[in-house]
Amino acid sequence: MAHTVDKVMAEQRAASFTKRSIKASAKRAGLELALSMIDLTTLEGKDTPEKVRSLCRKAVNPGDGTAGLETLPAVAAVCVYPTMVGAARKELDRFGARGKGVNVASVATGFPSGQYPLKVRLEDVRRAVEAGADEVDMVISRGEFLAGNEKKVREEIAATVEACGRAHLKVILETGELETLDNVRRVSDLAIEVLHDTRADHGFIKTSTGKVEPAATMPVTLVMLEAIRDYALATGRKIGMKPAGGIRTAKQALHYLVMVKETMGVIDDGDAWLTPEWFRFGASALVNDVCRQVLWLSKGRYSSRYDTAEA
Amino acid sequence: MAKAKAPAARSTNTRSEKTARGPAKTAHANGHANGHASGHAKQHVAAVTPAASAAGRGWDYAPAPETVKVAIAERYGHYINGRFVESAGGGTFETINPATEAVLSRVADGTSADVDAAVGAARAALGAWQALPGAERGKYLYRIARRIQERARELAVLETLDGGKPIRESRDVDVPLAAHHFFYYAGWADKLAYAFPGVREPRAVGVCGQVIPWNFPLLMAAWKIAPALAAGNTVVLKPAETPPLTPLRLAEIFHVVGLPAGVVNIVTGAGATGAAVVNHPGVDKVAFTGSTEVGKRIAMAVAGTGKRLTLELGGKSANIIFDDASIDQAVEGIVEGIFFNQGHVCCAGSRLLVQEGVVDEVVRKLRLRLKSLRVGDPMDKNTDLGAINSRAQLEKIRHYIGVGKDEGAELFEGGAGALPSRGYFCKPCVFTGVQPAHTIARDEIFGPVLTVMTFRTPEEALLRANNTPYGLAAGVWTDKGSKVLHIARKLEAGVLWLNTYNRFDAASPFGGYKESGFGREGGLHGLKPYVNVDA
Repeated sequence: MAHTVDKVMAEQRAASFTKRSIKASAKRAGLELALSMIDLTTLEGKDTPEKVRSLCRKAVNPGDGTAGLETLPAVAAVCVYPTMVGAARKELDRFGARGKGVNVASVATGFPSGQYPLKVRLEDVRRAVEAGADEVDMVISRGEFLAGNEKKVREEIAATVEACGRAHLKVILETGELETLDNVRRVSDLAIEVLHDTRADHGFIKTSTGKVEPAATMPVTLVMLEAIRDYALATGRKIGMKPAGGIRTAKQALHYLVMVKETMGVIDDGDAWLTPEWFRFGASALVNDVCRQVLWLSKGRYSSRYDTAEA
Repeated sequence: MAKAKAPAARSTNTRSEKTARGPAKTAHANGHANGHASGHAKQHVAAVTPAASAAGRGWDYAPAPETVKVAIAERYGHYINGRFVESAGGGTFETINPATEAVLSRVADGTSADVDAAVGAARAALGAWQALPGAERGKYLYRIARRIQERARELAVLETLDGGKPIRESRDVDVPLAAHHFFYYAGWADKLAYAFPGVREPRAVGVCGQVIPWNFPLLMAAWKIAPALAAGNTVVLKPAETPPLTPLRLAEIFHVVGLPAGVVNIVTGAGATGAAVVNHPGVDKVAFTGSTEVGKRIAMAVAGTGKRLTLELGGKSANIIFDDASIDQAVEGIVEGIFFNQGHVCCAGSRLLVQEGVVDEVVRKLRLRLKSLRVGDPMDKNTDLGAINSRAQLEKIRHYIGVGKDEGAELFEGGAGALPSRGYFCKPCVFTGVQPAHTIARDEIFGPVLTVMTFRTPEEALLRANNTPYGLAAGVWTDKGSKVLHIARKLEAGVLWLNTYNRFDAASPFGGYKESGFGREGGLHGLKPYVNVDA
């Protein structure tokens, strides 16, 4: 029987995670963990190679130049358009081992709309991978799903897995356009099944492009995590999760970590999803808010928004 | 899966290596990822510093204690005729913090002379109070509600200290809902003439003797007092023997808002004090919330006296999960239904009825969910289950757990970590393999103990759900509206929750039938017992 989602209780449960009180050592550890899970993102038409270079520098050293932030970890990846992949890789590699440890993720498949012939979208993917993308964020055809053409959505994801080659795929559901949590669950299950059937390596499901409102919300992320959990319970395999868009504050990020811990941690005592391997935040402003919260923990006062460098 | 194996190089921590390698092993066991792993040259997925990966291998919450200090006097007297007075008999009893077993205060033990004084004060105040224009009475109620809000944190801390419930619940449920009841009934005070069709000049019933239980001391006081005052009655309230401190703090609020002397009188004490209130000839109406056993005695005592009576008694409420329910959300509802306030809830969903086809999934997910419940210090903001209210109650719960095991049901205990060494604590318990004839499926345990039974057809669900002397509440979980309507009409329960559980609102009537009592509290229904509609 297909899984249904009751909206009222799902929202109530999602809200309950925000009631957890994360203090002191747990806060510090949570902030560092959140930082290490960020796909530091810039997806603007006006992006320049110079902006991407700043972003890469921030990705490698989030506390760059600010006293008290020297020990912060690098973020997980930078996320850019395909045209910026080469520049990003080159810039990251300049920072030695630490820079090489940061992945380059590229949005592709005619991001953010995906409203192009499949052939064009797959070519977009291949070019991003050739340019050096370690991870590819694809967007599904929401229209096909809403029209009832699930088979077509499956085929497109499968084809994208193949086009990715050695790069890891994140499947963007664009939940803001799916509207109901029932749909979110159905597409999550669908995407997970394809990732399973195609034996995709290290697949993720992701909420949003960030170009559609609402982007990531806690109820939506909860429902997607539950799909991942059910799959893990049934098969013992993992799928990653990436909420993206709208997560701007450290406090929000900690709420998400609480949700991951209490939803996924119970099936594996090691909190196996609480690592950048299996959970990411698609975010940009979040990095500096985390930095400011770390400064607050060590100094006991709030820093101004210009105390940490913008990417 | 080469990338999943890579982390060995970036962490020196054994546990995190194990975690990181987990998926690779599983993948091989499933026959996946073989063959195309060799093509993965890059190994820099998820680069993290050792510090962050140490966090990831078991991120836990640091203690988050509520730090507000609340003043508690060494002794508390009764609140009679607008003054705090010692017991006429001079007796006191202690009230303790069930989480630490430390004595918090001593409280006056009410005698029949105290009750007599309280009823006398209430009688004397009645005429002027019911003669006040409704809008004026409403002002007092609004003031009380606002004071509760202003002193919310203090009241929440006191409720948790004295009763053992988690501060998260005191803060988010008990106190706001208590304020809500005063706000709600304040609104009715000047609209009584429009409340009951055909009754143009509703009058107060008179002096109300109210006896409340220990599980929600502040909230139950609010449920009882607010509608009584709105309709122009005066009150003698007897809180539970323990914990009595928040009703006494409420008396302080009555005092500071200038509620006229005698309108509300609070007499503390044990069962004998309550009996004195119920049996006092000067009382016109009795309202009782508590056990069915005591409720029956009260009904007998009141019979033939002409006193009005409402009873809100025990329950053994069924929570019914159909196979088309949203299972993950139903599991939340099951947890909310039985573990809210350590299960010290008359409407707790203590009998779980699950349709056969989904019972394995429901039980599996319930067990997982139980692992994330945090049992311990009620003052920690992250605690989900606090202390059991008293030693006697803990012993009663343990007795039932023993009986459940002896009768052949299988016990699963949840909760992360060990229980505190001091104080009265109990892990969340789920019994599977329970038969309807089992004691734990019939008796009200009033603790964090869930019994799980199955059913095959809707008719069987109804048969099992109604197979109880109680009739307080029920939950139904299904995606199908027509099924809800069919089941709801046949369930013998006063309160029905659909795809949710334990949701309360001042505008919504609450109460039961069969051996769960009669009369309603909350909403317009809750106002009616306090209004003389015969005229």
